[in-house]
Amino acid sequence: MAGLTIRDVVKAYGEVEVMHGVNLDIDDGEFVVFVGPSGCGKSTLLRMIAGLEEISGGEISIGDTVVNEVAPSKRGVAMVFQTYALYPHMTVYNNMAFGLKQAKTPKDEIDRRVQQAAKVLDIVDYLDRTPRALSGGQRQRVAIGRAIVREPEVFLFDEPLSNLDAALRGQTRLEIARLHERLGATMIYVTHDQVEAMTLADKIVVLRLGYVEQVGKPMDLYNKPDNLFVAQFIGSPAMNIFNSKVDGKTVSIGGDKSVGDLENAPAGDVAVGIRPEHLIACKKSEAVISGKLELIERLGDHIIAHLIRDDNSEFIVKTEDFASNSKGDLMHFKVDADRVHYFDKESEKRIS
Amino acid sequence: MAIVSQSSKFGNIMRPTMAWVVGLVFFFPIFWLAFTSFKTDADAVKPEFLFFFTPTLDNYLNMAENYDYWRFAINSVITTTFATGFTLFVGVPAAYAMAFNPSRHTKDILMWMLSTKMLPAAAVLYPMTFLTKNFLGVFDTHFLIIIVLSLINLPIVIWMLFTYFKEIPKEIIEAGKMDGVSTWGEIKDILLPLAWGGLASTALLCFIFCWNEAYWTVRLTTTEAATLSKLIEGNRAPEGLFFGRLSAVSMAAVGPIVVLGWFCQKQLVQGLTFGAVK
Ligand SMILES: Nc1ncnc2c1ncn2[C@@H]1O[C@H](COP(=O)(O)OP(=O)(O)OP(=O)(O)O)[C@@H](O)[C@H]1O
Ligand SMILES: [Mg+2]
Repeated sequence: MAGLTIRDVVKAYGEVEVMHGVNLDIDDGEFVVFVGPSGCGKSTLLRMIAGLEEISGGEISIGDTVVNEVAPSKRGVAMVFQTYALYPHMTVYNNMAFGLKQAKTPKDEIDRRVQQAAKVLDIVDYLDRTPRALSGGQRQRVAIGRAIVREPEVFLFDEPLSNLDAALRGQTRLEIARLHERLGATMIYVTHDQVEAMTLADKIVVLRLGYVEQVGKPMDLYNKPDNLFVAQFIGSPAMNIFNSKVDGKTVSIGGDKSVGDLENAPAGDVAVGIRPEHLIACKKSEAVISGKLELIERLGDHIIAHLIRDDNSEFIVKTEDFASNSKGDLMHFKVDADRVHYFDKESEKRIS
Repeated sequence: MAIVSQSSKFGNIMRPTMAWVVGLVFFFPIFWLAFTSFKTDADAVKPEFLFFFTPTLDNYLNMAENYDYWRFAINSVITTTFATGFTLFVGVPAAYAMAFNPSRHTKDILMWMLSTKMLPAAAVLYPMTFLTKNFLGVFDTHFLIIIVLSLINLPIVIWMLFTYFKEIPKEIIEAGKMDGVSTWGEIKDILLPLAWGGLASTALLCFIFCWNEAYWTVRLTTTEAATLSKLIEGNRAPEGLFFGRLSAVSMAAVGPIVVLGWFCQKQLVQGLTFGAVK
């Protein structure tokens, strides 16, 4: 078993630098999720760990070994690809056995491992089929099986569930969580999906434009985002950001009441962030903000309401019920003072 | 709806008709050749005997008697087979490298290779003959013909293989790398099984091109390494006489490759359209 250390890692394609000195420590047995918008470098970082992409600068260590120059198969990592990347011309059994054969593992050992993995993943019945004859979900399980049999110290997943339908995605997500519990191996997982990130991760790494924006436990990122980007990236729907008026230390965003007090507020503007789920309908006299109801999305267990303020800016409220309100109604909302986030408008950094 | 079904009905008749017309136009020379080969030399040049004549085997018997057909044929088989083998031996790793480990110059190299096909062969006829005859001493050897045929066909073979390899998802090759397969294993266990169809049609096409090559095989051989192209060439009388005999020789030369092509039609079509008709 092994942890990972990533030190000042840079990736450049020719002249273009796409990762700019990434630092990251991953503990042994940790489940780490990389998130970030498309093109931020999640796959690139993962592929550098895998050894599929050359490391242009810096060092990656797995356990105590610097692996920059180590071949992918010798790093003790196994990868599950988004497209599964199964060998189409081999049976499921041989797909899983291929890596072990390359490592000259004895035949009965190969058989033992493949059978065991197949049992865990519930694909015993398909061992003689080729991938062509499998559904997407089954293929994904074979791809995971191919990783498991190699008994790697680190598992790498690049958006492994994004080609599955919603129900299957939920199910496979649980299976991966169970697998992590059972094997106790280090896992690094790339995803676009908020739910996957929040539920699976011990630690989330938010990337943007080749920089690490924040690293932390899922709830820490949710409760205390370091900057505006993370604030809006984590959580769904995204956090509302309002312009504010700072009077001394009292901050208000247009309602009758102030949203809270801010010690040593900076001279410039302050951006106020409030998550849609933290805005609570109330009387006008208690409100920190008001808006005209423009659109209601009913999602069964909750409602997402889009509201428009006098200055035409929009904000979103997520709630369980709006009883009797309908389009065009003017509504008022309050918020708990400790649910309010403040950011410096210049640096976009969290204040306090 | 009516318009659609009408036009598709029209297409249903037109398309096969066109295909037949084109097919016949292309097949006509072979057909004409086959007919002529069964005519006497006298009949061969008379238009009124185009379809109606008394067939004779004289031309073929005459050829068997006067020429060592099998020697030419064996030379053709040897040079074509080895040239095809050598071309693939060089072409597969080259195309593999360009498809899966491209550098900044890969596209340029591909274009450059194609550009070598733009050189008129006649331009280098003299240096080639001079060098091989007086300098290297390989004139009229199997070795020379094999090398020449290989070099002529390498660009197109690499292009074709490159196109097929490109269709294989990069991730599958990468999965192989993660599984610890060697470079040779990658080619043997992953690439070739997946590109089997493309490889077969490329090989077939290369074989046909080598077999049919005439410019160099005629000019760089005299007897030892002379192929069937040379046999035909040798029977071409400037006055346009002996059409019957020339046809028989030609039939015997193109026969094997036409038969081969006929049996491998499916592979060939797939190969030439680069899998466009799926
Ligand atoms: N071969 C390449 N040549 C040049 N630039 C590349 C190459 N591969 C990736 N990049 C660039 O590197 C950056 C990071 O790409 P990467 O694939 O890691 O993004 P990602 O976060 O995985 O995105 P996605 O969520 O869309 O998968 C992108 O800006 C991309 O354009
Ligand atoms: Mg990606």
